[in-house]
Parts: sequence; structure tokens; C-alpha cells
Amino acid sequence: MYRAEGLTKVFPGGIRAVGGIDLKIGAGERVAFIGPSGAGKTTLFRLLNLTLKPTVGRLWVAGQDVVHLHGAALRAARRKIGTIYQQHNLVPRLHVVHNVLAGRLGAWSTPRALLSLLRPVEVEVVHRALQQVGIPEKLYARTDELSGGQQQRVAIARVLLQDPDVILADEPVSSVDPTLAVSIVRLLTDISRATGKSLVVNLHSVDLALACFPRIIGLREGKILFDAPPESLQEETLAALYQGAAAAGSAQGTPDAPFDPASTCRPVPRV
Amino acid sequence: MPPSTPPPPAVPFLASRPSRFTRGFLLLFGLTTAASWWAARVDLSTLFSREALRNALFFAAEGFPPALSPEFLLFLVRPALETVQISLLGTVVALLTGLPLGVLATASLAHAGPLHELDLSGRPVRRLLRFLPYGLSRALLSLFRSVPELVWALVFVRATGLGPFPGVLAIGVAYGGILGKVYSEILEAVDVRPLEALQATGASRWGVFWYGMVPQAFPHLVSYTLYRWECAIRASAILGFVGAGGIGQQIEISMRMFNFGEVVTLVGILVLMVAGTDALSLRLRRRVL
Repeated sequence: MYRAEGLTKVFPGGIRAVGGIDLKIGAGERVAFIGPSGAGKTTLFRLLNLTLKPTVGRLWVAGQDVVHLHGAALRAARRKIGTIYQQHNLVPRLHVVHNVLAGRLGAWSTPRALLSLLRPVEVEVVHRALQQVGIPEKLYARTDELSGGQQQRVAIARVLLQDPDVILADEPVSSVDPTLAVSIVRLLTDISRATGKSLVVNLHSVDLALACFPRIIGLREGKILFDAPPESLQEETLAALYQGAAAAGSAQGTPDAPFDPASTCRPVPRV
Repeated sequence: MPPSTPPPPAVPFLASRPSRFTRGFLLLFGLTTAASWWAARVDLSTLFSREALRNALFFAAEGFPPALSPEFLLFLVRPALETVQISLLGTVVALLTGLPLGVLATASLAHAGPLHELDLSGRPVRRLLRFLPYGLSRALLSLFRSVPELVWALVFVRATGLGPFPGVLAIGVAYGGILGKVYSEILEAVDVRPLEALQATGASRWGVFWYGMVPQAFPHLVSYTLYRWECAIRASAILGFVGAGGIGQQIEISMRMFNFGEVVTLVGILVLMVAGTDALSLRLRRRVL
């Protein structure tokens, strides 16, 4: 699905957010990125969803070299990648139905998109998608009236309508409470399992990552520190990942979610 | 919480440059104000001198009692309606000019900002092609609004003859320039994060515009347009002075006849009309917000 060689992003001002990442993610694979804040996870995701241009390095999505794409070809490549952000995914004043239908924008012509704003089309499909994410009753609610967790569900429903090959989720649960976090991550992994879409997630909560994903990649200072299944990860490896970064992590005001092992995806004993 | 646009490069840039810019700007502003005070010969003693006050009072006293005879009031129905028509049609023309130009003049939609990061980086020709309509519409808007509506009215009175039509055109062009500029600023000010999310689905710029920008900006666009309509009522009164019809023309005629009682009545009607649009726009704004 993804292949990256020496992927690097240096921002103006010389800050090297992502420094030379080599990576392969297969179709249908589920991967979680973990690491302290400032490790370059979000930048990496913005490179992976074709929002940022890498300073150096190459990137292929489903075998296509995407670094030099523009215009219609770039939009076509983006359609294959669904992104869920931490927050602010959605247009607040729009009704839920339109926010979900926005997943179709890549496929629709502008007149079609406009007509749907006047009278929403494919409402049945939207309804099914909302049923799948557990909030079918919110079809015609105004988006800014929903809770944070419900808004993330709407964002997931939009990805369902977009029907991409890979779902990227950048800290999808760091602004919802821990119990909800588990259910939203599980929703994502279930979708990935059922549809065969790849799932690439950035997670703040290490426990959640270890419990729900068969492949964990540790990112620190823009580089991959380890790339391994959760069973083989040692405490020391994890400690090294976050070493000296605790202050930066807590400065975010998002402490690691208290974890309830009973409601995890599939319990993995930590070695 | 990490914002979607990585802040590190922006921080040092923002912290150092604007503060110097702001200081320079404030200094210049202060100096200009002081110089203007002197250059415009602001002398409050002339305003509050005994003679000035007596003249002003005399002028005001001339206006009382206001002319309220039924036949005069009845006669005013037509010019009053004409003023409403001029302002309304003028605002519609301004909307039709300002909206397309304002959308084209929106930098975040045309060529700048995160929506174009990957699409335009390293493609100077493409960037230039995107910049051209943007720059052109900005120049047009700037031309439209830098010429005052009174001057536009004089031009159009020459072209089309006396009457309400040149007034409509004058307001349409001058206010089109103002509306377009403000529309572009409103559109640029919307939260960019939902726009990025839309763009990441593969949406085109127009898809992002209709689904992301317009819904966020809509109440502000409506609100500002209604405010401009209110301004247009006042402006159409002024335009009457140069022969563009309406209440303004009546004010000018009554002034010339030294019939200040009629002038007071006419100004009163103008105040009522502005208050009326204000009340109407308040109700409309409540509905769209």
C-alpha cells in the first residue's frame, strides 16, 4: 500500500520534522505509530496523506509514485487515502448528512456536489454508514451540536463514503474520553478487518496501540526507532522511546488514558 | 494538542517580524495623525465660537416646524420608494459584481496556504497561472472602490442621463468593490482545518469552497451584505444631489429653495428608512446564524 524511501521533511527555518524514513505498509495491514509529541508523527501523516511535499525522499501509494503529482492526478491519488484527524475534521455549520457526503467530493463533479447541498443524495448510503458507526439518529443533526466522540464517528462515516484503500488516523482519540477511545479504535480496526483496508494510526496511548495493532512503529525525533509486533516489544524499548520526553508529553495536557483491559481489542500480554 | 499545521516554522517568524512592523506602524500612525491635525487646520475654537453657534442654531431653527402637510407627504411616497429601489438594486448589482470577484480574490482559494502546498510547490508556471485571475480581480476591486460612488454617479449620469438608473450603477460598482474585498477577507478567515480535511478526501478546490468555506462564512457574508444595503440607502440619498433621483434629489431641491422645513422632514424619512433596514437585517441575521 505504502512504500517510502528516505522520506524527509524539513520545514523552513531548518526544523527537521521527519528525517529519512524507510517504510513499507502492505494492503490490509494495521499499523500503529507511537512516540513522544514532537516526534514527527503528524508531519509524517501529512506526508502520507499527500498534504505536504517531502523535502527529500520518495513515496509510493499502491505502486504509484506520488511525490510529483498535481492537479487531477493528485486528487485521484488522495481519493485512495482517507484521513481522520484529532479534531476539526468536519465543517461545524453543516448538517451531518453533508459532512458524511463530503467523502464523495473526490468522485463528484462540482454541479453534483452543489445539487446535493440543496437536496442530499444517497441518503440511504449515509444512513447505513452512520448505522455502522453507531449514530444513525444524527443524520440531520447539525454537526456543531455533536459531542467530540460523535464527531469522530461522523468523520469515520465520511471515510466510509470515501471508500479509500487506506485509512490514516492521526491521534483520532486523544480528544475523547478513554472508554470512548477504545470503542472508536475498535471501530476502526473492525472496519479494516471487514473491508481489507489498510489502517495506519497515530496513538497517544501506548497500551491501546499494543492491544489493538499487530504492528507497532516507534517514532522519535523524526526517525523510526523500532518496527515490531507488540509481543516482541520490551519495556526498555518503550522506555527509550519516551525517555526525556515526558515533560513534552505532559505539556500537551493529555495524560495517557487510564486503561481498562476488559474492553480492549484483543488482550496482548506485555512482556 | 498539536494543530494540523505544524507550528515550529511559524513561531520564530511570527514572534520577531510583526512586533517590529507593529511598532513602526504605530509610530507612523501617530505622526500622520499629528500632521493631519495641523494640515487640516483643525481649530475647535472656530466650531464653538459664538458666531458659529449662532449660525448653526439659526439654520436648525429654520427647519421647524417640519413640513408635514398631507400633500407634501403624499408627494414624497414616490421619491422614498425610488430611494429604496436604488439602494436595493444597487446592492444586488454590487453583490453580482463583488461575489465572483471576491471569490477569485480569495488568496487561500487561489494560490496561497495549505490547500496548495503539494499541488503548487515547485511549479512556478502553475502558480503564476493561479495568481493571474487573483491579482486581476484584486486590481479590479481596488479600482471599483477607490473611485467614490459620487464620482461613479457623475460618470453614469453622463452616460445614461438623469434618473435612478445611474444611481443603481454607481452604487453597484462602488459597493461591488467594497463587498468583493470584504467577502475575500471573510472567506480567508474561515477555519482552515476542515478545509484541509476536505481536500485530503480528493475534493477539488470548488468542492472545498462549497462544502468548507461557504458554510463557515455564510452568516458573515449575509450580515455584511445587509449592512452594505443600509449604507446604500444613505449613499443613494447623496447620489440624488447629482441627479440620480430619490429622496436625495428632493433634499437638494428643498435646500436650494431654502425650505428647511421640508429638509427636516426628508432627513427624518431617511432616518426611518435606515432604522427599518436595520430592523429587517437583524431579523434576517437571526435566521441564518
